[in-house]
Amino acid sequence: MSKLILEISKLRKSYGSDVVLSDISIQLPEHAVKVLIGASGSGKSTLLRCINLLESIDDGQIFLDGSDISEVGTDADKVRSQIGSVFQAFNLFPHLTVLENITLAPRKVHGKSKDEAEAEAISLLDRFGLKDKAGQYPDLLSGGQQQRVAILRAVINRPKALLLDEVTSALDPILISEVLALIAELKAQGMTMMIATHEMGFAHRVADKLLFLHKGNICEAGSPETLLSRPQTPQLREFLDSLRGAGRL
Amino acid sequence: MTYEPSALRLQREAARRRASRRSSLIALASTIAVGLVLVAVIAGAPGFDRVKSSFFSGHYAWKALPQVLSGLWLNLRVMFFAEIFVLIFGLLIAITRTSRNPLLYPLRLLAATYTDIFRGLPLLLVLLLVGLGIPGLQLSWLPNSAVLLGTVSLILTYSAYVAEVIRAGIEAVNPAQRMAGRALGLSQSQTQRFVILPQAIRKVTPPLLNDLVSLQKDSGLISVLGAIDAIRAAGIETAQSFNFTPYLVAGALFVALTIPLTRFTDWLTRKQDRARQHQGQW
Repeated sequence: MSKLILEISKLRKSYGSDVVLSDISIQLPEHAVKVLIGASGSGKSTLLRCINLLESIDDGQIFLDGSDISEVGTDADKVRSQIGSVFQAFNLFPHLTVLENITLAPRKVHGKSKDEAEAEAISLLDRFGLKDKAGQYPDLLSGGQQQRVAILRAVINRPKALLLDEVTSALDPILISEVLALIAELKAQGMTMMIATHEMGFAHRVADKLLFLHKGNICEAGSPETLLSRPQTPQLREFLDSLRGAGRL
Repeated sequence: MTYEPSALRLQREAARRRASRRSSLIALASTIAVGLVLVAVIAGAPGFDRVKSSFFSGHYAWKALPQVLSGLWLNLRVMFFAEIFVLIFGLLIAITRTSRNPLLYPLRLLAATYTDIFRGLPLLLVLLLVGLGIPGLQLSWLPNSAVLLGTVSLILTYSAYVAEVIRAGIEAVNPAQRMAGRALGLSQSQTQRFVILPQAIRKVTPPLLNDLVSLQKDSGLISVLGAIDAIRAAGIETAQSFNFTPYLVAGALFVALTIPLTRFTDWLTRKQDRARQHQGQW
């Protein structure tokens, strides 16, 4: 078995008396793609935000490439520079061009020269068909293009793992497919990823393993085939039924 | 194929043209009417001839112009230095007030107190306190030039306003932007510098320029400390001739100075409004 990039052990998180995550344990080996599914409010986003330390955890441990990042006093900036994060709302910087968005972290966090960072960014944009957008401001791009730029902005830092939080939820079906194609391409290149999504078709295609979250617990875990066609728990069955009812499965 | 507007569209355009011609005519007529009333009221006033000769005398205007202009040169220099320092201090105070660093807590408290006081204190009072109080201490190492102390008063007062405007801009940037910056590994201060501040300043540029216009105009108040600026120069001329036209000359010059900046502010505001309409942001 290849080495573990992320290891989450008995993680707990609550907001006041409201328990959001209880006793979550996940192992994410190098090159693996694990997909979190579950209803809104099941804790998917919170889990991802705990991993890149945007949220503090109440109990448990998180290891990134062998070192404990949940310890008090961990250098959060350093951890985040090794984990890529992409959000539902893209969150591109509107005052910077596409190229400046992508080269900001390489230059300011990873100490690359302007020329070096730009050359790398241009070749990355070129590879994913966005080279002609390099000089444009995000506002002029379609939602799908913006989200692809946001993903590349995270990928250029060569993160040990990429966390994608509902990255297609703000997009229409045609734009979704171009974003999903990019993510599938990253998987083909061996990117280690943890993805929260509502797109079951995509989850099925890209996931090595599906994790079904229900009320802060991993209720069921396994291969996409098993989970989607032979759900074991009534909670997952109910979730899949509601997706079917909404025409989303 | 060439574009052929439909009959309905032609009809609608004709109706729109008629409506717009009609509103232009109404605007013209009402302007003329208001103008006539004003002329009748003012020119018909019993003291009009005396007011005209003591405020609008071409002779005295021409005579006072060189002195008032040389006074204005002082105003220009005061404006220039005050604006630079106001922007620097305003920015520093705004950053301090929005930072969450516990180490900066005393500074934060100080900045909050400072803005509270100097936004409430009338500029004239600040001028008198600084301009007469500091020399009154009779400390030889403190400056006692009226121009310098007047400029310091302007900086003290306007830094408080500008700081609040910039702070509003910082707080108006979507928190998700800060999160996105931090998620990339940027530190707190890098996020502030490269992500938050550039967006904040863009958001508040029109109100910021508005404060600078106001500062330019208020630079005339340093005359109360005895600095020979445009207003003071006009006062000296008036004292010799008992004709108030020099004040009007100074006033006209101040307006002429601020007009470029106000027009620029309007233009920028309109441009940003359009951008906001197009893109739903900024």
